[in-house]
Amino acid sequence: MTTTNKELVEGLRVQAQHVREAILRMVYAANSGHCGGSLSAADIVTALYFHIMRIDPQHPSWEDRDRFILSKGHACPVLYSALALRGYFPQEELGTLRAMDSRLQGHPDMRKTPGLDATTGSLGQGLSLGVGMALGAKLGGKAYRVYVLMGDGETNEGQIWEAAACAVKYRLDNLVAIVDKNGLQNDGPTDAIMPMGSLAEKWRAFGWDVVEIDGHDMAQIVGALDEAKERSHGKPTAIIAKTVKGKGVSYMENVVEWHSGAPTDMELDIALAEIWKGR
Amino acid sequence: MVKQDGRKPISTRKAFGQAIMELGASVENLVVLDGDISRSTYTVEFSQSFPTRHFNVGIAEQNQMGVAAGLALAGYKPIVASYAVFASMRALEQVRTSMCYPRLNVTIAASHGGLTPGNDGVTHQAIEDLGIMRTLPNMTVIAPADGVSLKPLLQQAIAWDGPVYMRLTRDAVPIIYDETDEFHIGKAKQLREGSDVTLIAIGDMVQWALKAHDLLLEEGITARILDMHTLKPLDSEAVIKAARETGAIVTIEDHNIHGGLGGAVAEVLTLDYPVPQGRIALRDTFAESGPYEKLLEKYGLSTDHIVQAVHDVIRKRDRK
Repeated sequence: MTTTNKELVEGLRVQAQHVREAILRMVYAANSGHCGGSLSAADIVTALYFHIMRIDPQHPSWEDRDRFILSKGHACPVLYSALALRGYFPQEELGTLRAMDSRLQGHPDMRKTPGLDATTGSLGQGLSLGVGMALGAKLGGKAYRVYVLMGDGETNEGQIWEAAACAVKYRLDNLVAIVDKNGLQNDGPTDAIMPMGSLAEKWRAFGWDVVEIDGHDMAQIVGALDEAKERSHGKPTAIIAKTVKGKGVSYMENVVEWHSGAPTDMELDIALAEIWKGR
Repeated sequence: MVKQDGRKPISTRKAFGQAIMELGASVENLVVLDGDISRSTYTVEFSQSFPTRHFNVGIAEQNQMGVAAGLALAGYKPIVASYAVFASMRALEQVRTSMCYPRLNVTIAASHGGLTPGNDGVTHQAIEDLGIMRTLPNMTVIAPADGVSLKPLLQQAIAWDGPVYMRLTRDAVPIIYDETDEFHIGKAKQLREGSDVTLIAIGDMVQWALKAHDLLLEEGITARILDMHTLKPLDSEAVIKAARETGAIVTIEDHNIHGGLGGAVAEVLTLDYPVPQGRIALRDTFAESGPYEKLLEKYGLSTDHIVQAVHDVIRKRDRK
């Protein structure tokens, strides 16, 4: 790794902790929301919004921008945090999550929140939207890329696999699907609720280029996403990112019950201390 | 304005296939998505003339809706070609969440509406679609009566702000209109003037309403005929005017009795101008395989049933 890359990765690591802090504060303020899946995706989303994607917060609907679809829409605290910290809207607004008249809905509403590229929250639908956008880019000769982040539990949905086949048919090498493989879903471990076997083999069998990474190793995240950018040989890329649900907060990590729910005053203090002590 | 001449009947799905050929040439960002039924939805010709703008996504309607939504988000005007049963039920939540909620400009061309897939049987007869689609916020619901009115309505649907569900017939329906007739989404078309009763019909049932009009005329009953091609937004002004001026209404739809045209008209009448209403629709039952017209007879949707409903509703009104 070059010095520049080291600095970049270190900077993103710190940024990801800011995103984590914002997630915890906003769910605490809302007294509801999804911490576990937001924290597991924090490093990936940070890499995308603070390094990988070609975006312009001053012009959220810039035609040639890269697109991001949070198919696991319940993890929107991570996305709202990244958007606010990136300057799409004031950070104070994060405190209005899930409140009446807020632009920050319980699940992402692209008509309300500046910077959102899609309305999501019903699991299984995001990859199809991504396929449509990537198709549109190809059709219009546009260079933008489309990133779709989904949960591993979400891959229970049949529509994901309809879309997976479709992306291969249309040779969408401008499409990257990232699976936040934290191993837990709402009711329990993914292997207990609905064993999906090897996700990497499944995506590969559908005809995708597959990369397996540690979803909390910033160097690996950046490396995999950069690599996907370079590819232009007619295949979409699937990044299977092994993550920890609740990553960064000891009492949340790998605890099914922290799929959703807000921390108390004391829990928030502990969580913030742990996030920054980790640095 | 209305001709019943020797012009050849044509299914509205076939007219749709012809219309998108013209629209494909004039609307550059028009794209068509198919689900392995392109010969049946008549999009084959479009796929040959505009190969880069036609996507056959296989037998996967949920993904089909999502891909269409994604294309709309990328600035295209997608038309989803499917069957009414799949478009309105198999992929309903995709339509709701990925299209209606963000109010995307997608046109869903849903063939095989109502009992027009006759011999295909219940699996392919959509008798719930209009009611289902009508409950979705931001959704517009249209069912053209013939191959001529289809064209301007489709053109407007594509330009419409928000998703549009357009129900098409599998079987041929007579040509009712002239090319010069004007149509507007949300404005009912009056086909016959009459003062004794108003027949409000939608889609393939408009032809039978016209037949009933002629039979009623022989008995000296003049029936106003409204083609309610747009179920939502409903032309409530035309409904209220009909209620005020004719005092009795019969709604006629190739659909289950719950939730469709009869329900929509009843909602307006109850709130704004209560008059007796008769309803021609399936009596909360599935039909079966059989020829379209025989099914209409057996399930209470024939011209004779319409005439009977008119007698009943007039009796009800005059008893008051």
